[in-house]
Amino acid sequence: MREGARILGLPLAAWPRILAPLLMATLLLGGWEIAVRHLGLPPYVLPGPVAIGGALAADLPTLASALAVTLRVTALALVAAVTTGVGLSLLFSGSRLMEMTFLPLAVMLQVTPIVAIAPLIIIWVDNVQAALLICAWIVAFFPILSNTTAGLNGTDRNLADLFRLYGASRWQTLWQLRLPWAMPFFLAGLRISGGLSLIGAVVAEFVAGAGGTGSGLAYRILEAGYQLQIPRMFAALALISLAGVVIFLALSLVSHLALRRWHESAVGKEH
Amino acid sequence: MPPTALAASTPETAAPPLVGLRGVSKRYANGTLAVQGLDLEIGAGSFVSLLGPSGCGKSTVLRMIAGLTPPSAGRIDWPRGTPRLGFVFQEPTLMPWQRALDNVALPLKLARMARAERHARARRMLELVGLADFAGSYPRELSGGMRMRVSIARALVTEPELLLLDEPFAALDEITRFRLNNDLLRLWGERRFTAVFVTHSVFESVYLSQRVAVMAAHPGRLHAELPVEAPGARDEAFRTSPDYAALCRTVSTALEGAMAA
Repeated sequence: MREGARILGLPLAAWPRILAPLLMATLLLGGWEIAVRHLGLPPYVLPGPVAIGGALAADLPTLASALAVTLRVTALALVAAVTTGVGLSLLFSGSRLMEMTFLPLAVMLQVTPIVAIAPLIIIWVDNVQAALLICAWIVAFFPILSNTTAGLNGTDRNLADLFRLYGASRWQTLWQLRLPWAMPFFLAGLRISGGLSLIGAVVAEFVAGAGGTGSGLAYRILEAGYQLQIPRMFAALALISLAGVVIFLALSLVSHLALRRWHESAVGKEH
Repeated sequence: MPPTALAASTPETAAPPLVGLRGVSKRYANGTLAVQGLDLEIGAGSFVSLLGPSGCGKSTVLRMIAGLTPPSAGRIDWPRGTPRLGFVFQEPTLMPWQRALDNVALPLKLARMARAERHARARRMLELVGLADFAGSYPRELSGGMRMRVSIARALVTEPELLLLDEPFAALDEITRFRLNNDLLRLWGERRFTAVFVTHSVFESVYLSQRVAVMAAHPGRLHAELPVEAPGARDEAFRTSPDYAALCRTVSTALEGAMAA
Protein backbone atom coordinates (compact mmCIF):
# COMPACT_ATOMS: atom_id res chain seq x y z
CA MET A 1 0.00 0.00 0.00
CA ARG A 2 1.27 3.47 -0.85
CA GLU A 3 2.51 5.41 2.13
CA GLY A 4 0.36 8.56 2.01
CA ALA A 5 0.99 11.93 3.59
CA ARG A 6 0.64 12.06 7.35
CA ILE A 7 -0.31 14.78 9.78
CA LEU A 8 0.61 14.23 13.44
CA GLY A 9 1.33 10.61 12.62
CA LEU A 10 -2.17 9.95 11.29
CA PRO A 11 -2.75 9.24 7.61
CA LEU A 12 -4.50 12.01 5.75
CA ALA A 13 -7.51 9.83 5.05
CA ALA A 14 -8.15 9.29 8.77
CA TRP A 15 -8.60 12.98 9.57
CA PRO A 16 -12.14 13.52 8.26
CA ARG A 17 -13.35 10.86 10.70
CA ILE A 18 -11.99 12.95 13.54
CA LEU A 19 -12.55 16.43 12.17
CA ALA A 20 -16.10 16.02 10.86
CA PRO A 21 -17.72 15.18 14.21
CA LEU A 22 -15.58 17.82 15.96
CA LEU A 23 -16.70 20.46 13.49
CA MET A 24 -20.30 19.36 13.91
CA ALA A 25 -20.00 19.61 17.71
CA THR A 26 -18.38 23.05 17.52
CA LEU A 27 -21.10 24.39 15.23
CA LEU A 28 -23.83 22.92 17.42
CA LEU A 29 -22.42 24.29 20.68
CA GLY A 30 -21.57 27.65 19.07
CA GLY A 31 -25.07 27.96 17.64
CA TRP A 32 -26.55 27.03 21.00
CA GLU A 33 -24.49 29.65 22.85
CA ILE A 34 -25.33 32.33 20.29
CA ALA A 35 -29.03 31.46 20.38
CA VAL A 36 -29.14 31.60 24.18
CA ARG A 37 -27.44 34.99 24.24
CA HIS A 38 -29.35 36.40 21.32
CA LEU A 39 -32.75 35.37 22.67
CA GLY A 40 -31.74 36.40 26.17
CA LEU A 41 -32.85 33.08 27.68
CA PRO A 42 -32.37 32.96 31.44
CA PRO A 43 -30.06 30.15 32.63
CA TYR A 44 -32.87 28.44 34.56
CA VAL A 45 -34.68 27.86 31.28
CA LEU A 46 -31.76 26.99 29.04
CA PRO A 47 -28.17 27.67 30.00
CA GLY A 48 -25.58 28.05 27.26
CA PRO A 49 -22.57 25.76 26.92
CA VAL A 50 -20.34 28.36 28.60
CA ALA A 51 -22.53 28.44 31.71
CA ILE A 52 -22.69 24.65 31.75
CA GLY A 53 -18.92 24.43 31.47
CA GLY A 54 -18.64 26.87 34.34
CA ALA A 55 -20.97 24.78 36.48
CA LEU A 56 -19.03 21.67 35.59
CA ALA A 57 -15.77 23.26 36.64
CA ALA A 58 -17.23 24.65 39.85
CA ASP A 59 -18.92 21.44 40.95
CA LEU A 60 -16.36 19.06 39.59
CA PRO A 61 -15.45 17.36 42.91
CA THR A 62 -19.10 16.57 43.73
CA LEU A 63 -19.97 15.59 40.18
CA ALA A 64 -16.85 13.48 39.74
CA SER A 65 -17.52 11.47 42.88
CA ALA A 66 -21.15 11.04 41.76
CA LEU A 67 -19.89 9.88 38.37
CA ALA A 68 -17.63 7.37 40.10
CA VAL A 69 -20.63 5.98 42.00
CA THR A 70 -22.69 5.61 38.83
CA LEU A 71 -19.80 4.10 36.91
CA ARG A 72 -19.21 1.58 39.66
CA VAL A 73 -22.80 0.35 39.41
CA THR A 74 -22.48 0.37 35.60
CA ALA A 75 -19.29 -1.67 35.62
CA LEU A 76 -20.57 -4.20 38.14
CA ALA A 77 -23.82 -4.56 36.19
CA LEU A 78 -21.89 -5.12 32.98
CA VAL A 79 -19.71 -7.77 34.63
CA ALA A 80 -22.85 -9.45 35.99
CA ALA A 81 -24.51 -9.19 32.58
CA VAL A 82 -21.52 -10.79 30.85
CA THR A 83 -21.31 -13.61 33.39
CA THR A 84 -25.00 -14.44 33.43
CA GLY A 85 -25.52 -13.72 29.73
CA VAL A 86 -22.70 -15.97 28.59
CA GLY A 87 -23.50 -18.60 31.24
CA LEU A 88 -27.17 -18.76 30.26
CA SER A 89 -26.40 -18.87 26.55
CA LEU A 90 -24.05 -21.81 27.14
CA LEU A 91 -26.87 -23.49 29.04
CA PHE A 92 -29.36 -22.69 26.26
CA SER A 93 -27.09 -23.94 23.51
CA GLY A 94 -26.48 -27.14 25.45
CA SER A 95 -30.13 -27.87 26.06
CA ARG A 96 -33.11 -26.88 24.00
CA LEU A 97 -35.39 -27.59 26.94
CA MET A 98 -33.54 -25.01 29.03
CA GLU A 99 -33.89 -22.49 26.24
CA MET A 100 -37.61 -23.13 25.87
CA THR A 101 -38.04 -22.81 29.64
CA PHE A 102 -36.04 -19.71 30.36
CA LEU A 103 -35.94 -17.67 27.16
CA PRO A 104 -39.53 -16.37 27.54
CA LEU A 105 -38.65 -15.18 31.03
CA ALA A 106 -35.58 -13.39 29.73
CA VAL A 107 -37.63 -11.79 26.95
CA MET A 108 -40.23 -10.66 29.48
CA LEU A 109 -37.56 -9.04 31.61
CA GLN A 110 -36.20 -7.35 28.51
CA VAL A 111 -39.46 -5.94 27.15
CA THR A 112 -40.87 -4.71 30.48
CA PRO A 113 -39.75 -1.09 30.89
CA ILE A 114 -37.18 -0.86 33.62
CA VAL A 115 -38.83 2.28 35.09
CA ALA A 116 -41.88 0.13 35.78
CA ILE A 117 -39.99 -2.62 37.62
CA ALA A 118 -37.41 -0.47 39.36
CA PRO A 119 -39.75 0.74 42.15
CA LEU A 120 -40.62 -2.86 42.98
CA ILE A 121 -37.02 -3.91 43.11
CA ILE A 122 -36.16 -0.95 45.28
CA ILE A 123 -38.94 -1.93 47.68
CA TRP A 124 -37.90 -5.58 47.77
CA VAL A 125 -34.18 -5.12 48.07
CA ASP A 126 -33.07 -3.33 51.20
CA ASN A 127 -29.62 -2.42 50.00
CA VAL A 128 -29.96 0.49 47.58
CA GLN A 129 -26.70 -0.27 45.77
CA ALA A 130 -27.78 -3.85 45.24
CA ALA A 131 -31.17 -2.68 43.94
CA LEU A 132 -29.48 -0.33 41.46
CA LEU A 133 -27.18 -3.11 40.37
CA ILE A 134 -30.11 -5.47 39.75
CA CYS A 135 -31.94 -2.85 37.67
CA ALA A 136 -28.90 -2.09 35.54
CA TRP A 137 -28.22 -5.80 35.12
CA ILE A 138 -31.78 -6.51 33.93
CA VAL A 139 -31.38 -3.93 31.18
CA ALA A 140 -27.90 -5.00 30.19
CA PHE A 141 -27.88 -8.77 30.14
CA PHE A 142 -30.32 -9.50 27.33
CA PRO A 143 -28.24 -8.33 24.33
CA ILE A 144 -25.35 -10.47 25.56
CA LEU A 145 -27.62 -13.45 26.11
CA SER A 146 -29.34 -13.27 22.74
CA ASN A 147 -26.23 -12.45 20.72
CA THR A 148 -24.05 -15.09 22.32
CA THR A 149 -26.80 -17.69 21.95
CA ALA A 150 -27.11 -16.82 18.26
CA GLY A 151 -23.33 -17.14 17.89
CA LEU A 152 -23.12 -20.46 19.72
CA ASN A 153 -25.98 -21.93 17.70
CA GLY A 154 -24.77 -20.50 14.40
CA THR A 155 -21.51 -22.42 14.17
CA ASP A 156 -20.54 -23.23 10.59
CA ARG A 157 -22.04 -26.65 9.85
CA ASN A 158 -19.08 -27.87 7.87
CA LEU A 159 -16.66 -26.92 10.61
CA ALA A 160 -18.86 -28.72 13.10
CA ASP A 161 -18.82 -31.79 10.82
CA LEU A 162 -15.06 -31.54 10.58
CA PHE A 163 -14.73 -31.57 14.35
CA ARG A 164 -17.05 -34.59 14.48
CA LEU A 165 -15.07 -36.35 11.76
CA TYR A 166 -11.88 -36.02 13.77
CA GLY A 167 -13.56 -37.28 16.91
CA ALA A 168 -13.50 -34.01 18.85
CA SER A 169 -14.95 -34.23 22.35
CA ARG A 170 -17.81 -31.94 23.37
CA TRP A 171 -15.32 -29.94 25.37
CA GLN A 172 -12.93 -29.53 22.45
CA THR A 173 -15.78 -28.49 20.18
CA LEU A 174 -16.92 -25.93 22.72
CA TRP A 175 -13.52 -24.38 23.40
CA GLN A 176 -11.95 -24.61 20.00
CA LEU A 177 -14.95 -24.06 17.77
CA ARG A 178 -18.18 -22.78 19.26
CA LEU A 179 -16.83 -20.20 21.68
CA PRO A 180 -14.41 -18.62 19.20
CA TRP A 181 -17.13 -18.70 16.58
CA ALA A 182 -19.51 -16.87 18.94
CA MET A 183 -16.90 -14.25 19.82
CA PRO A 184 -17.91 -11.55 17.28
CA PHE A 185 -21.56 -12.02 18.23
CA PHE A 186 -20.73 -11.72 21.91
CA LEU A 187 -18.65 -8.59 21.34
CA ALA A 188 -21.46 -6.96 19.36
CA GLY A 189 -23.77 -7.69 22.29
CA LEU A 190 -21.19 -6.35 24.72
CA ARG A 191 -21.04 -2.99 22.96
CA ILE A 192 -24.79 -2.61 23.26
CA SER A 193 -24.84 -3.81 26.85
CA GLY A 194 -22.15 -1.35 27.92
CA GLY A 195 -24.37 1.59 27.05
CA LEU A 196 -27.46 -0.12 28.42
CA SER A 197 -25.95 -0.82 31.82
CA LEU A 198 -25.20 2.90 32.16
CA ILE A 199 -28.77 3.73 31.20
CA GLY A 200 -30.07 1.08 33.59
CA ALA A 201 -27.97 2.45 36.42
CA VAL A 202 -29.10 6.04 35.81
CA VAL A 203 -32.77 5.12 35.49
CA ALA A 204 -32.62 3.11 38.69
CA GLU A 205 -30.94 6.00 40.50
CA PHE A 206 -33.71 8.30 39.33
CA VAL A 207 -36.38 5.97 40.64
CA ALA A 208 -34.56 5.32 43.89
CA GLY A 209 -33.81 9.01 44.33
CA ALA A 210 -31.21 7.91 46.82
CA GLY A 211 -29.43 10.87 48.37
CA GLY A 212 -26.55 11.17 50.75
CA THR A 213 -22.87 10.76 50.21
CA GLY A 214 -22.91 7.65 48.08
CA SER A 215 -25.30 9.00 45.47
CA GLY A 216 -24.80 8.89 41.74
CA LEU A 217 -25.16 11.35 38.89
CA ALA A 218 -28.90 10.86 38.46
CA TYR A 219 -29.48 11.99 42.03
CA ARG A 220 -27.31 15.04 41.36
CA ILE A 221 -29.52 15.87 38.41
CA LEU A 222 -32.67 15.53 40.52
CA GLU A 223 -31.13 17.58 43.30
CA ALA A 224 -30.00 20.34 40.93
CA GLY A 225 -33.48 20.34 39.42
CA TYR A 226 -35.13 20.84 42.81
CA GLN A 227 -32.72 23.68 43.51
CA LEU A 228 -33.26 25.15 40.05
CA GLN A 229 -29.53 24.98 39.36
CA ILE A 230 -30.13 24.20 35.75
CA PRO A 231 -26.51 24.65 34.51
CA ARG A 232 -25.42 22.07 37.07
CA MET A 233 -28.14 19.75 35.92
CA PHE A 234 -26.83 20.04 32.38
CA ALA A 235 -23.27 19.54 33.59
CA ALA A 236 -24.26 16.22 35.20
CA LEU A 237 -26.13 15.26 32.06
CA ALA A 238 -23.07 16.05 29.94
CA LEU A 239 -20.97 13.82 32.18
CA ILE A 240 -23.41 10.94 31.74
CA SER A 241 -23.34 11.31 27.94
CA LEU A 242 -19.57 11.55 27.97
CA ALA A 243 -19.34 8.42 30.11
CA GLY A 244 -21.63 6.60 27.68
CA VAL A 245 -19.50 7.60 24.72
CA VAL A 246 -16.30 6.57 26.49
CA ILE A 247 -17.81 3.18 27.42
CA PHE A 248 -18.85 2.62 23.80
CA LEU A 249 -15.43 3.61 22.46
CA ALA A 250 -13.62 1.44 25.00
CA LEU A 251 -15.73 -1.60 24.18
CA SER A 252 -15.34 -0.93 20.45
CA LEU A 253 -11.59 -0.91 20.96
CA VAL A 254 -11.75 -4.20 22.87
CA SER A 255 -13.80 -5.67 20.05
CA HIS A 256 -11.42 -4.36 17.40
CA LEU A 257 -8.36 -5.73 19.18
CA ALA A 258 -9.97 -9.10 19.66
CA LEU A 259 -11.09 -9.48 16.07
CA ARG A 260 -8.67 -7.47 13.98
CA ARG A 261 -6.81 -10.43 12.57
CA TRP A 262 -9.75 -12.47 11.48
CA HIS A 263 -13.13 -10.87 11.31
CA GLU A 264 -14.40 -8.87 8.36
CA SER A 265 -16.15 -6.35 10.60
CA ALA A 266 -12.78 -5.34 12.02
CA VAL A 267 -11.02 -5.10 8.70
CA GLY A 268 -12.35 -1.78 7.53
CA LYS A 269 -12.09 -0.86 3.90
CA GLU A 270 -8.45 -1.55 3.19
CA HIS A 271 -9.22 -4.56 1.02
CA MET B 1 0.17 -49.32 -8.33
CA PRO B 2 2.49 -46.73 -9.81
CA PRO B 3 0.83 -43.34 -10.07
CA THR B 4 1.22 -43.07 -13.81
CA ALA B 5 -0.48 -46.38 -14.49
CA LEU B 6 -3.86 -44.82 -14.85
CA ALA B 7 -5.52 -47.79 -16.45
CA ALA B 8 -6.92 -48.81 -13.11
CA SER B 9 -10.28 -49.04 -14.75
CA THR B 10 -9.47 -52.71 -14.83
CA PRO B 11 -12.13 -54.29 -12.69
CA GLU B 12 -10.71 -53.89 -9.27
CA THR B 13 -8.31 -56.67 -8.70
CA ALA B 14 -8.77 -59.72 -6.54
CA ALA B 15 -7.99 -57.67 -3.45
CA PRO B 16 -11.06 -56.60 -1.48
CA PRO B 17 -12.15 -53.00 -2.03
CA LEU B 18 -11.42 -50.30 0.51
CA VAL B 19 -15.08 -49.57 0.88
CA GLY B 20 -18.22 -51.15 -0.51
CA LEU B 21 -21.66 -49.56 -0.51
CA ARG B 22 -24.41 -52.16 -0.75
CA GLY B 23 -27.95 -51.11 -1.47
CA VAL B 24 -27.42 -47.85 0.35
CA SER B 25 -30.41 -45.51 0.63
CA LYS B 26 -30.87 -42.29 2.47
CA ARG B 27 -34.20 -40.76 3.32
CA TYR B 28 -34.10 -37.49 5.21
CA ALA B 29 -36.41 -36.69 8.09
CA ASN B 30 -38.53 -34.50 5.83
CA GLY B 31 -39.25 -37.50 3.62
CA THR B 32 -36.92 -36.64 0.74
CA LEU B 33 -35.31 -39.71 -0.74
CA ALA B 34 -31.80 -38.45 -1.41
CA VAL B 35 -30.18 -41.74 -2.40
CA GLN B 36 -31.77 -45.02 -3.42
CA GLY B 37 -30.25 -48.48 -3.62
CA LEU B 38 -26.71 -47.46 -4.36
CA ASP B 39 -24.08 -50.14 -4.99
CA LEU B 40 -20.54 -48.89 -5.32
CA GLU B 41 -17.12 -50.36 -4.68
CA ILE B 42 -14.03 -48.28 -4.31
CA GLY B 43 -10.70 -50.03 -4.60
CA ALA B 44 -7.76 -49.10 -2.41
CA GLY B 45 -5.57 -46.50 -4.08
CA SER B 46 -8.10 -45.65 -6.79
CA PHE B 47 -9.43 -42.26 -7.81
CA VAL B 48 -13.20 -42.33 -8.32
CA SER B 49 -15.42 -39.40 -9.23
CA LEU B 50 -19.09 -39.11 -8.41
CA LEU B 51 -20.61 -37.03 -11.19
CA GLY B 52 -24.17 -35.83 -11.40
CA PRO B 53 -26.57 -32.92 -11.51
CA SER B 54 -27.30 -31.06 -8.31
CA GLY B 55 -29.77 -32.91 -6.16
CA CYS B 56 -28.55 -36.36 -7.18
CA GLY B 57 -27.34 -37.08 -3.66
CA LYS B 58 -23.65 -37.29 -4.47
CA SER B 59 -22.68 -35.17 -1.49
CA THR B 60 -24.96 -37.31 0.65
CA VAL B 61 -23.08 -40.42 -0.51
CA LEU B 62 -19.82 -38.78 0.50
CA ARG B 63 -21.21 -37.83 3.90
CA MET B 64 -22.40 -41.38 4.45
CA ILE B 65 -18.98 -42.78 3.58
CA ALA B 66 -17.47 -40.28 6.02
CA GLY B 67 -19.87 -41.44 8.71
CA LEU B 68 -21.30 -37.95 9.08
CA THR B 69 -24.80 -39.23 8.36
CA PRO B 70 -26.01 -42.82 8.64
CA PRO B 71 -27.69 -44.57 5.69
CA SER B 72 -31.37 -45.32 6.23
CA ALA B 73 -31.05 -48.66 4.43
CA GLY B 74 -28.25 -50.84 3.11
CA ARG B 75 -24.79 -50.99 4.54
CA ILE B 76 -21.29 -49.67 4.08
CA ASP B 77 -18.57 -52.31 4.35
CA TRP B 78 -14.94 -51.73 5.14
CA PRO B 79 -13.29 -55.09 4.26
CA ARG B 80 -9.86 -53.75 5.16
CA GLY B 81 -10.99 -52.07 8.35
CA THR B 82 -12.00 -48.45 8.73
CA PRO B 83 -9.34 -46.21 7.24
CA ARG B 84 -8.16 -42.83 8.37
CA LEU B 85 -10.29 -40.22 6.62
CA GLY B 86 -9.67 -36.81 5.18
CA PHE B 87 -12.53 -34.58 4.06
CA VAL B 88 -12.40 -31.52 1.84
CA PHE B 89 -15.57 -29.45 1.78
CA GLN B 90 -17.01 -27.29 -0.96
CA GLU B 91 -15.90 -24.24 0.98
CA PRO B 92 -12.41 -24.05 2.45
CA THR B 93 -14.11 -24.28 5.89
CA LEU B 94 -11.21 -22.77 7.79
CA MET B 95 -11.35 -21.29 11.26
CA PRO B 96 -10.94 -17.56 10.62
CA TRP B 97 -9.37 -16.95 14.03
CA GLN B 98 -6.50 -19.35 13.43
CA ARG B 99 -3.41 -19.01 11.29
CA ALA B 100 -3.02 -21.29 8.29
CA LEU B 101 -0.59 -23.42 10.27
CA ASP B 102 -3.02 -23.96 13.12
CA ASN B 103 -5.85 -24.64 10.71
CA VAL B 104 -3.80 -27.40 9.10
CA ALA B 105 -2.77 -28.77 12.48
CA LEU B 106 -6.37 -28.94 13.75
CA PRO B 107 -6.95 -32.69 13.23
CA LEU B 108 -3.71 -33.42 15.07
CA LYS B 109 -4.61 -31.05 17.86
CA LEU B 110 -7.98 -32.75 18.28
CA ALA B 111 -6.05 -36.02 18.52
CA ARG B 112 -4.04 -34.37 21.31
CA MET B 113 -0.70 -34.51 19.54
CA ALA B 114 2.03 -32.40 21.15
CA ARG B 115 2.31 -28.88 19.83
CA ALA B 116 5.82 -29.06 18.37
CA GLU B 117 5.11 -32.31 16.56
CA ARG B 118 1.81 -31.19 15.07
CA HIS B 119 3.27 -27.89 13.95
CA ALA B 120 6.17 -29.65 12.26
CA ARG B 121 3.78 -31.91 10.39
CA ALA B 122 1.46 -29.06 9.47
CA ARG B 123 4.42 -27.08 8.18
CA ARG B 124 5.47 -29.99 5.98
CA MET B 125 1.94 -30.21 4.60
CA LEU B 126 1.87 -26.49 3.82
CA GLU B 127 5.14 -26.92 1.95
CA LEU B 128 3.58 -29.75 -0.02
CA VAL B 129 0.73 -27.52 -1.22
CA GLY B 130 3.13 -24.66 -1.93
CA LEU B 131 2.16 -22.44 0.98
CA ALA B 132 5.27 -22.67 3.14
CA ASP B 133 5.51 -18.89 3.28
CA PHE B 134 1.94 -18.42 4.45
CA ALA B 135 1.97 -20.50 7.63
CA GLY B 136 1.40 -17.38 9.73
CA SER B 137 -1.33 -15.87 7.58
CA TYR B 138 -4.93 -15.75 8.62
CA PRO B 139 -7.53 -17.13 6.19
CA ARG B 140 -8.88 -13.71 5.27
CA GLU B 141 -5.41 -12.70 4.13
CA LEU B 142 -5.32 -15.57 1.60
CA SER B 143 -6.92 -15.86 -1.84
CA GLY B 144 -9.69 -18.37 -2.54
CA GLY B 145 -7.29 -20.81 -4.18
CA MET B 146 -4.83 -20.55 -1.31
CA ARG B 147 -7.56 -21.16 1.23
CA MET B 148 -8.54 -24.29 -0.63
CA ARG B 149 -4.92 -25.43 -0.57
CA VAL B 150 -4.87 -24.93 3.19
CA SER B 151 -8.04 -26.99 3.37
CA ILE B 152 -6.43 -29.79 1.35
CA ALA B 153 -3.30 -29.65 3.49
CA ARG B 154 -5.50 -30.03 6.58
CA ALA B 155 -7.24 -33.05 5.06
CA LEU B 156 -3.89 -34.67 4.27
CA VAL B 157 -2.13 -33.90 7.54
CA THR B 158 -3.37 -37.08 9.20
CA GLU B 159 -1.99 -39.13 6.27
CA PRO B 160 -5.45 -40.41 5.40
CA GLU B 161 -5.98 -43.62 3.50
CA LEU B 162 -9.22 -42.27 2.09
CA LEU B 163 -9.64 -38.68 0.95
CA LEU B 164 -13.20 -37.48 0.35
CA LEU B 165 -13.63 -34.30 -1.67
CA ASP B 166 -17.01 -32.59 -2.02
CA GLU B 167 -16.85 -30.30 -5.07
CA PRO B 168 -13.77 -28.66 -3.63
CA PHE B 169 -12.96 -26.47 -6.61
CA ALA B 170 -16.46 -25.48 -7.69
CA ALA B 171 -16.15 -21.94 -6.42
CA LEU B 172 -12.75 -21.23 -7.97
CA ASP B 173 -11.89 -19.64 -11.28
CA GLU B 174 -10.83 -21.94 -14.08
CA ILE B 175 -7.12 -21.17 -14.00
CA THR B 176 -6.92 -21.81 -10.28
CA ARG B 177 -9.05 -24.92 -10.69
CA PHE B 178 -6.73 -26.38 -13.32
CA ARG B 179 -3.73 -25.74 -11.14
CA LEU B 180 -5.38 -27.35 -8.13
CA ASN B 181 -6.46 -30.32 -10.27
CA ASN B 182 -2.80 -30.88 -11.14
CA ASP B 183 -1.74 -30.44 -7.52
CA LEU B 184 -4.32 -32.97 -6.42
CA LEU B 185 -3.16 -35.52 -9.00
CA ARG B 186 0.45 -35.00 -7.97
CA LEU B 187 -0.41 -35.50 -4.30
CA TRP B 188 -2.44 -38.58 -5.13
CA GLY B 189 0.50 -39.98 -7.07
CA GLU B 190 2.94 -39.26 -4.27
CA ARG B 191 0.88 -40.27 -1.30
CA ARG B 192 -1.18 -43.15 -2.66
CA PHE B 193 -4.41 -42.42 -0.87
CA THR B 194 -7.80 -43.45 -2.20
CA ALA B 195 -9.78 -40.51 -3.51
CA VAL B 196 -13.52 -40.07 -3.91
CA PHE B 197 -14.21 -36.83 -5.70
CA VAL B 198 -17.68 -35.33 -6.01
CA THR B 199 -18.14 -32.93 -8.90
CA HIS B 200 -20.67 -31.66 -11.40
CA SER B 201 -18.01 -31.04 -14.03
CA VAL B 202 -17.61 -33.67 -16.73
CA PHE B 203 -14.20 -32.29 -17.65
CA GLU B 204 -12.91 -32.33 -14.11
CA SER B 205 -14.12 -35.87 -13.47
CA VAL B 206 -12.46 -37.21 -16.62
CA TYR B 207 -9.24 -35.32 -16.04
CA LEU B 208 -8.83 -36.53 -12.49
CA SER B 209 -10.25 -39.97 -12.10
CA GLN B 210 -9.79 -43.57 -13.10
CA ARG B 211 -13.49 -44.22 -12.89
CA VAL B 212 -16.51 -41.96 -13.10
CA ALA B 213 -19.72 -42.96 -11.38
CA VAL B 214 -22.53 -41.04 -13.06
CA MET B 215 -25.54 -40.43 -10.85
CA ALA B 216 -29.13 -39.57 -11.69
CA ALA B 217 -31.39 -37.42 -9.53
CA HIS B 218 -34.80 -37.74 -7.85
CA PRO B 219 -34.11 -40.09 -6.25
CA GLY B 220 -30.32 -40.10 -6.33
CA ARG B 221 -29.06 -43.36 -7.80
CA LEU B 222 -26.21 -44.78 -9.80
CA HIS B 223 -26.78 -44.41 -13.52
CA ALA B 224 -23.53 -45.64 -15.05
CA GLU B 225 -19.97 -46.44 -14.14
CA LEU B 226 -17.42 -45.48 -16.75
CA PRO B 227 -13.73 -46.30 -16.72
CA VAL B 228 -11.40 -43.54 -17.81
CA GLU B 229 -8.76 -45.38 -19.77
CA ALA B 230 -5.97 -42.99 -20.44
CA PRO B 231 -2.45 -44.30 -20.24
CA GLY B 232 0.23 -41.72 -19.77
CA ALA B 233 0.48 -38.71 -17.58
CA ARG B 234 -2.44 -36.43 -16.90
CA ASP B 235 -1.18 -32.99 -17.77
CA GLU B 236 -1.93 -30.08 -20.06
CA ALA B 237 -1.13 -32.26 -23.06
CA PHE B 238 -3.76 -34.74 -21.91
CA ARG B 239 -6.25 -31.94 -21.29
CA THR B 240 -6.01 -30.87 -24.92
CA SER B 241 -5.73 -34.35 -26.46
CA PRO B 242 -8.36 -35.98 -28.69
CA ASP B 243 -8.45 -38.90 -26.24
CA TYR B 244 -9.53 -36.56 -23.49
CA ALA B 245 -12.18 -35.01 -25.74
CA ALA B 246 -13.51 -38.44 -26.67
CA LEU B 247 -13.65 -39.54 -23.03
CA CYS B 248 -15.43 -36.33 -22.11
CA ARG B 249 -17.95 -36.96 -24.85
CA THR B 250 -18.63 -40.47 -23.56
CA VAL B 251 -19.10 -39.29 -19.99
CA SER B 252 -21.15 -36.34 -21.15
CA THR B 253 -23.49 -38.63 -23.06
CA ALA B 254 -23.86 -40.81 -19.96
CA LEU B 255 -24.66 -37.72 -17.93
CA GLU B 256 -27.31 -36.66 -20.44
CA GLY B 257 -28.75 -40.12 -20.16
CA ALA B 258 -28.79 -39.73 -16.39
CA MET B 259 -30.58 -36.39 -16.64
CA ALA B 260 -33.21 -37.89 -18.93
CA ALA B 261 -33.61 -41.02 -16.82
